[in-house]
Amino acid sequence: MKRKLTELFAQTLMGLSLLVVIGSLALILGTVIWKGLPALNLAMLTQVPKGGYYLGKEGGILNAIVGSLYLAGGATLLAVVVSLPIALFLQLYANRSRWVQFARLSLDLLFGVPSIVYGAFGFTIMLFLGMRASLLGGILTLTLLELPIMVRGMDESIAMVPQALKESAYALGSTRLETSLKVIVRQTAPGLMTAILLAFGRGIGDAASVLFTAGYTDRLPTSLMDPVASLPLAVFFQLGTPFPAVQQRAYASALVLTVIVLLTSLISRGLTKRLEKHIVR
Amino acid sequence: MGSTEINRCLSLFISGKKNYIALMKEETLIRPRTHGQRWRLPLPKFGRKRQDQVAGRLMGALTLTAALLAPLMALALLLRALPILRVTPLTDLLTGQDWAPLKGLFGFSPFIVGTFWVTGVGMLIAVPPSLLTAIFLAEYARPRLRSLLIPLIDLLAGIPSVVYGIWGILTIVPFIEKVAAPWASRWLGVLPLFRSENPTGYSVLAGGMVLAVMVFPIIISVAEDVIRAVPQGLREASLALGATRWQTIWHVVLKRAGAGVLAAIVLGFSRAFGETMAVLMVVGNVAKVPNSIFDPAYPLTALIANNYGEMMSIPLYDAALLCAALILLLLVLAFNIASRWVLTRLVRYE
Repeated sequence: MKRKLTELFAQTLMGLSLLVVIGSLALILGTVIWKGLPALNLAMLTQVPKGGYYLGKEGGILNAIVGSLYLAGGATLLAVVVSLPIALFLQLYANRSRWVQFARLSLDLLFGVPSIVYGAFGFTIMLFLGMRASLLGGILTLTLLELPIMVRGMDESIAMVPQALKESAYALGSTRLETSLKVIVRQTAPGLMTAILLAFGRGIGDAASVLFTAGYTDRLPTSLMDPVASLPLAVFFQLGTPFPAVQQRAYASALVLTVIVLLTSLISRGLTKRLEKHIVR
Repeated sequence: MGSTEINRCLSLFISGKKNYIALMKEETLIRPRTHGQRWRLPLPKFGRKRQDQVAGRLMGALTLTAALLAPLMALALLLRALPILRVTPLTDLLTGQDWAPLKGLFGFSPFIVGTFWVTGVGMLIAVPPSLLTAIFLAEYARPRLRSLLIPLIDLLAGIPSVVYGIWGILTIVPFIEKVAAPWASRWLGVLPLFRSENPTGYSVLAGGMVLAVMVFPIIISVAEDVIRAVPQGLREASLALGATRWQTIWHVVLKRAGAGVLAAIVLGFSRAFGETMAVLMVVGNVAKVPNSIFDPAYPLTALIANNYGEMMSIPLYDAALLCAALILLLLVLAFNIASRWVLTRLVRYE
């Protein structure tokens, strides 16, 4: 009898926990939509801030939307170029030598490094090079931030490739490079895509690392050396003003950011399905 | 080909020399065919094996560079923090209570303690529900329910931290101000931990609650993976002995998955420890060591983020802030390394 009660009790607790977790998700999305939607309008999406925007006058957050897309897009491109070789190397080339173990440990540790530390590091490097806060600085810092996320995702999906598939490729006489590029990449395309878009989502939502390195401006960036606005910082700065009208816009900006992130994850799901047809099972 | 060239060709042909074609080529009367050939990248022509080797070297070099990033970060921050470390010894910085940059006083103690408070409260709130949810997903949920819930939890992981912050300001902070704090000071006010002297809801508890929701998905997904990896045979053996499902989970599955569950918690902890924006927005940012969960706090991350603007104008200020970043980095690295060390021990003696 006591055993049955414990079972029941445990199941009730589990149900409650699930409710708490899913409930908080619903609450977050609900709050952002409920508060953000009334303040959202076309002008916000299509205009840059005009004079007195932060006092409640006209304008929009196009600068932040474009800036965020540039920052996260550029960083994701760079991070792919760097992470894919690293993941392939760790899975196909690496032996069990000491420094390969060190590399794995180090990448795992980088995964846990807070984004504000990436920001501070990016800032010191930019001071060293004599750069000012700019799109380029922001992209480079975000690349570093996205790197461990992407490497981990890619590494895991490449590890799932059946040994037999690799061996068949080798048996046909292909080198490791040819196997990587023609077999592994195609086989793991869905996993790679998920890793890339996950990193993109993380990059576009991160505020702490671009705070020092990308700066903030009301204009659209025209060169890599210009400072650039970003959505998370737009949310943060607008929320910091004492005017309720501007705070409303912060909620709307948060809604825009959330929608972009959700869209990214939807696209990731769709692409994954499409890429799965290349897989050898 | 013009007529003179045709004549030249004919005369060469008629002359009866055996190598007339070679002669025609020599005089460029016939050209080698060029169309239809694909243009190729003017790469050095390696053999396939050599290509493989060179690619391997390059990829290895890239990996090594990425691996050196963590030490490089520590080094760069250390170099920038040196000016303040020369003036004030590290122990004074770590234990100093006063933060007055204009007087040259840089004590990190309230900030470090504040970080631990907020993270600790957050983890206390986060761990039980996320472990229970992980157990539910791994052991009880039917495949259809699971495939419905997992994307939702991934969604939670993808929400940007400023959005968490906004949510905290709009719902958690008013909740604490209007409901939790009055209730706690009325019923639990005898305990200093729950005494409320803060008229606003911006508090350690608010930071902790926001952090808790942020680390839910991290702990859940890692713990769920670990629990699912426990061999099915163990469960069946336990169930066959007449244990209930919960008994099986408690005595068999969790015992086997213990190390991995610990790893999940540590991962969540280090994520919460370094979280900046969401915490900064709800935690109150008062540079004093909190005594109750309703007191405001000022975590290390918030200190760095809040003061970046003026840090170049006051002497040693930038060094102090980058020193704070260095402390944060070293603490997080230490946690991760310690947890790995413990994990390898645990796994070895299993």
